[in-house]
Amino acid sequence: MTSPERHPDATGADAPASGERSGRTPSGPPPAAVPSDLLRPRARSEQVVRLVLFVCALVSIVTTVGIVVVLVRESAGFFAEVSLAEFFGDSQWTPLFDQKHFGIWPLLAGTLLTTLIAVLVALPFGLLAAIYLAEFAPERLRRVLKPALEVLAGIPTVVYGYFALTYVTPALQLVVPGLAGFNALGPGIVMGIMILPIIASLSEDAIYAVPASLREASYALGAGRLRTVFRVVVPSAFSGIGASVILGVSRAIGETMIVAIAAGQQPRLTFDPRVPIETMTAYIVQISLGDTPTGTVEYRTIFAVGLCLFLMTLVLNIAAYRLRKRMLKGGLT
Amino acid sequence: MSAPSSRTHDLAIRRAELAPQRVFQAIGLVALVLPLLLLAFLFGSSLVDAWPRLDWDFLTAFPSRKPALAGILPALVGTTCLMGLTAAIAIPVGLGAALYLEEYARPSRLTMLIELNISTLAGVPSIIYGLLGLEVFARVLGMGRSLLTGACTLALLLLPMVIMASREALRTVPQSLREASYALGADKWRTLRGVVLPMCLPGVLTGVILSLARAIGETAPLITIGALTYVAFLPDSVHSEFTALPIQIFNWVSRPQAGFHVNAAAGIVVLVGLMLLLNGFAIWLRARLQRRVYW
Repeated sequence: MTSPERHPDATGADAPASGERSGRTPSGPPPAAVPSDLLRPRARSEQVVRLVLFVCALVSIVTTVGIVVVLVRESAGFFAEVSLAEFFGDSQWTPLFDQKHFGIWPLLAGTLLTTLIAVLVALPFGLLAAIYLAEFAPERLRRVLKPALEVLAGIPTVVYGYFALTYVTPALQLVVPGLAGFNALGPGIVMGIMILPIIASLSEDAIYAVPASLREASYALGAGRLRTVFRVVVPSAFSGIGASVILGVSRAIGETMIVAIAAGQQPRLTFDPRVPIETMTAYIVQISLGDTPTGTVEYRTIFAVGLCLFLMTLVLNIAAYRLRKRMLKGGLT
Repeated sequence: MSAPSSRTHDLAIRRAELAPQRVFQAIGLVALVLPLLLLAFLFGSSLVDAWPRLDWDFLTAFPSRKPALAGILPALVGTTCLMGLTAAIAIPVGLGAALYLEEYARPSRLTMLIELNISTLAGVPSIIYGLLGLEVFARVLGMGRSLLTGACTLALLLLPMVIMASREALRTVPQSLREASYALGADKWRTLRGVVLPMCLPGVLTGVILSLARAIGETAPLITIGALTYVAFLPDSVHSEFTALPIQIFNWVSRPQAGFHVNAAAGIVVLVGLMLLLNGFAIWLRARLQRRVYW
């Protein structure tokens, strides 16, 4: 018998070529693929395995359905007692006071304010870092910095919250007059640092993926390196960059611990970054830590707020998904 | 125009172009390094603040009303149990889902829906998973504020990451090996069990460990399901109430006394240390994996 050594050039599916090798199978069907009757399950156990694996795959669908059902059911209980008009019309959020108001705007404003500050920090730094890494950085530096960015993205947010409260805010107080101990500015900036790796890393992927032919065409037309980067490469990667920014915003909106620790617990309708505010996520934490009895309308507020949060991030994530898909398909701009 | 003058002209253009490029490179490098330096500085400060409390007593003491006596033993034990249980739930389910999607599923509406759903779930804020766990595991299934509730919630949170990592690992197993197994008369499950799974397991493990490194710092979902913030006992079963390291840190940060902030810094050093350890382990595993060649 000849040893079953592999031909060096034999690759995957089209390789068997059994006729050549042994000469013992004179004819018969071409061995293009594994005959389907061999792949057919032989025993009932095969069917069971398939079913079990299918159930595992269904867990993700069940999770989504579970999230939607839980949020919608509890929110329905909430909106049975508080009208939508009040929820979106009132400008105060005081479910725990005697004078109860259920206007979502103060929490929404808090979330949008911290997110805006975070994006103002992360966008310029993240984009510049991405362009530098993809276009200019030496390969060795790139290989060190890219994983470093990814580890940064994994730092627990409770740690960032501690930084915001004990180091960043006191440092800012030296510069910004009238900055309270709890404020939107400090946590916003720290949140910007938190989402920076997401924006930088995903944008870098997008820029790196721009085909070299586009760059060469630009050079051939006489454009310099900077002009090529800003007029050709970055616009070509726009879908991917846009997706990365949207994902960053979505992360910032859903971010909880930084704002729960350092932004305060005072829902107020303001865009002043110096005073204590409260975000939607921080409100959920506040109620979870307290002793609000289950089944009350105060308790159900967290599900109504959660539903808003879920819908906002869902819309952003789907937008990012579609942009990325467009990028992967190779569509430009 | 004579050749030399044209050449000097070209050089002049080049120089004029190079200057802004150099400036931009410098700006880019600063944009990249400045946040890293800032974070390094913040970590350095925490380490300095935490130094006096980083000793054996801190690791082995129960929490206390006196900051100088408080320790993280229940939190450390809670986090360890939580991570073990989470992995025990997330690995089989995630791997099973990946096996189905890679090896069994034919392209269909349902398959597409599952795939779209997984990538959407990956972007859902973790606190929403907390609300799900609170309602489904803690209340409807009656598991209360137990370790099991926490682990189930975190497992759902990790599932998209575990599935994606496992699918990638499955894709690295060459088709020819599957065919060799079929040729020897093995059926599909036998092939998966005997050939595909053993080969992709290190890759799956790397992905799982990386996602555990993410999960170890998750705070918001655990607070939402009602994990305790002050625990003076160790968990003795999956049904017992618990606290975890990030929750203990959050609890200390929220207190006004400076002594507790020092404790929080010390807790952070331990937490980030554990996270880096997990990351390092995964990177080591991956490097080992890349050196080993099977085919």
